[in-house]
Amino acid sequence: MSEEEKKDYAESPINLEYHYTAGSATTRFLNQVKEGKIVGQSCPKCSAVYVPPRGSCPRCGVATNIEVPLTDKGCIESFTIVHIPIPGNPIVPPYVCAMIRLDGANISFLHLIQGIDVEEIRIGMRIQAVWKPKDEWTHSLENIKWFTPIDEPDVDVATLRFQES
Amino acid sequence: MKKVAIVGYAQHPILENAGALNEVELIMPVVHQLFDELGISQNNIDFTCSGSCDYLQGAAFAFVEGLSAIQTNPPIKESHVEMDAAWAMYESMLKIQMGDADTALIYGFGKSSPGRLDSIISLQMDPYYISPLWPDRVSLAAIQARVLLEKNIIAPEQMISAVIEARTNSKNNKNALVTELVDKEAYLASEKISSPLNEFDCPPISDGSSAMIIASEEKANEFTDHPIIIEGIDHRIESSNIGSRDLSKPSGILASIEQLKLEKIKFDVAELHTQFSHEVPYLQSVLNLSDVPTNLSGGPLVGNVMMCAGLDAIGKTYEALKSNDLTNGLAHASSGPCLQHNMLVHLEKKS
Amino acid sequence: MIQAGVIGVGQTKYDAKRRDVSMGGLVREAIDNAMLAANVEWDAIDAVILGKAPDMFEGVVMPELCLADAVGAVGKPVLRVHTAGSVGGSTGVIAATHVCSGQFKTVLTVTFEKQSESNATWALSPRYPYSPHINAGAGGYFAPFIREYIRRYDAPEHIGWKVAVKDRLNALKNPLAHLHIPGIDEKMVSDTPMLWEPLRYLESCPSSDGACAMVITSKDLVGSRDVAWIKGMAVRSEGTLSAGRDEVNPQAGIDCAKDIYDQAGITNPYKEIDCAEIYVPFSWYEPMWLENLGFCNLGEGWKLTDKDATAIDGEMPFNMSGGVMSSNPIGASGMIRFGEAALQVMGKANDHQVEDAKVAMGHAYGGAAQFFAMWIVSSSLD
Repeated sequence: MSEEEKKDYAESPINLEYHYTAGSATTRFLNQVKEGKIVGQSCPKCSAVYVPPRGSCPRCGVATNIEVPLTDKGCIESFTIVHIPIPGNPIVPPYVCAMIRLDGANISFLHLIQGIDVEEIRIGMRIQAVWKPKDEWTHSLENIKWFTPIDEPDVDVATLRFQES
Repeated sequence: MKKVAIVGYAQHPILENAGALNEVELIMPVVHQLFDELGISQNNIDFTCSGSCDYLQGAAFAFVEGLSAIQTNPPIKESHVEMDAAWAMYESMLKIQMGDADTALIYGFGKSSPGRLDSIISLQMDPYYISPLWPDRVSLAAIQARVLLEKNIIAPEQMISAVIEARTNSKNNKNALVTELVDKEAYLASEKISSPLNEFDCPPISDGSSAMIIASEEKANEFTDHPIIIEGIDHRIESSNIGSRDLSKPSGILASIEQLKLEKIKFDVAELHTQFSHEVPYLQSVLNLSDVPTNLSGGPLVGNVMMCAGLDAIGKTYEALKSNDLTNGLAHASSGPCLQHNMLVHLEKKS
Repeated sequence: MIQAGVIGVGQTKYDAKRRDVSMGGLVREAIDNAMLAANVEWDAIDAVILGKAPDMFEGVVMPELCLADAVGAVGKPVLRVHTAGSVGGSTGVIAATHVCSGQFKTVLTVTFEKQSESNATWALSPRYPYSPHINAGAGGYFAPFIREYIRRYDAPEHIGWKVAVKDRLNALKNPLAHLHIPGIDEKMVSDTPMLWEPLRYLESCPSSDGACAMVITSKDLVGSRDVAWIKGMAVRSEGTLSAGRDEVNPQAGIDCAKDIYDQAGITNPYKEIDCAEIYVPFSWYEPMWLENLGFCNLGEGWKLTDKDATAIDGEMPFNMSGGVMSSNPIGASGMIRFGEAALQVMGKANDHQVEDAKVAMGHAYGGAAQFFAMWIVSSSLD
């Protein structure tokens, strides 16, 4: 019997094409990111600031309709050093994937940390965005190449937990 | 058995392309509309259940995104069916009947515009033999339409009437997507997509969302003097093998009719989850609805939000009973190719 | 409330690739085993409740439709549940709800995943526009929460290795387990490559094909069968991106556990629960869930693991079957926890039986540690 005949499975590729749309909250956010600005959205009830915004505050179940300009500085809430490649991403392991908490924001998002020996990265470390050249900016947080540590004292992450005032 | 009542229903205007709205922005308005109407909040809801389909949007966890529309602090009792939200209502009803909840919020959402619905529905078929042939949803429906026509169970004129009536009835439905009237000449001039079905026989690609609140009868009395009770509900699935089904004999629906003793009930109104024109006369005949006003909302032929349209049939029946001097309504929800999985809901308004 | 019990649990052999069976064959293997164990025929089954994780794992949309015949649902009601990784647990809860509602006497529930039919990492990390493409899979997502746990409570590195070893030694007593690694020890685990620091290869769950089924019936139909009575069951959810959420110790998990303990009349879970099957896909989730579920105070979980309290002969055995760390057909993993808990109190867990187990807990979680489903089963109704 040939190898082909012995095969106990068949490949049947599925190709589906989608035309994604971002929705209103994300569109507002990405229009600012295109200009190199990070603008969070805050909850009209509890004032929690969301970045990147999805358009709602799940604490209160209401739309986050207040725009809050933020800087591109923050701290590392936690992180992992990834030793395996991401399918379809050229980045070479090991690389650091961190929960970034921007100053004034009440949730974090995942992004890369570079510009430091991976063994020196700590929870609570202060960081700032490193942007791509302006002419490469698009409607994506990939306008930020990565975040890099800055010379400021570490933050006690226990103090970051959102408390309703 | 503990009785459960529908106390509220809201539907987002059906859109051809809801690109400007993400899941949260689609769901939140209908949920808030219900809360405002009833003067309650998520804190008054004991159980929340949703229906959606990841493949429509092309996201592995679309329902997780959608949950962000709901207040979840404190955490909520919540679940999700990868089915039409009619089945989310069914699950919620069981929760109330077991005594784990007095009130439940149900919502469904669907965006068919980002992908190709024809290809996505092909993936509902047997993955080894049928899906690789990519049968599209219209062709599958056309097979059943052909069987029904050949056996004289329905007539071509009935399909034309179903289309004309759906378009006429769309004026009753502020959320309808398709409202242009169609006449017989336009219908007959239309090119076939998959014979015998032309574009008017098929539902429009639709985006939208819907929500419903149900409650135990006792609790429902706090909201209204005339609760609309889920007097009977039953759902059955048929074989996945279309070749082994008699497409002119809906064995699941017939079993549900017997289970619910529907032949004894004189219905005042019916809303059927009939996505294709031939399904309207077919189910009217099966359900003995020839004298019963059916799909006064226009039904799925004027707006067909996947994963909501079944819940919408229940919601539209509820609305018809609520706003008119009517007592008994029949709603039908369905899933799968050629009406494979069907739910029948008997709603009754208490005086 | 109508009382219900599990009268049959059926599982498949778990493996990386079950190419000997189709999807239908896989679910039917678990179903046949469950119905044989329950000693019921098809005409006794009033409804079928099917659960699995995202449809994209197999490339089949709404698989209850094409599996209607394989799961024996033709002519009956079928419900399809999807609550991310917690789905196996929430499907068990919904199946029991069918019986407790009074609408159904006996139901069949089945959950499965056939990960080899597709590429799960692809399904979980599609490249969407607008967002940075840095998704490193489930391990990459949970590793930062684990690191924060370790920092908060100053937990030593070997705790993760210990759990990885303990669960795999248990798996050697379970012939159905996917991973059988004879001679596994902490050195072997700590020598495996780092994947998502602090998680090493052997501190992570495998990717498996498999299915798990249960037959649940109402009290009046149990007869003389072995039964695991359902004494408490609950689900809780919280939004992914919610300000103030503690991903390390989620409130939804705390609330869900409290709910089932209250239903079952349990005030001290560590003393009153004899053993537990808890959803631990990465080694460190054992100490994290020990704390979240109230088996000990915050910061004490890793100490319980360290003193072998969770060993099969310890004070609070966790994952006697080998757990998710040894078999992980994602959509079924939660139901395996629920079913294994039932087997323990029925005295049917064979070589991984905890002696004299009377009260057991099943647990599942999913999403961004935001969806929870749990139950307590007991050998007696009192």
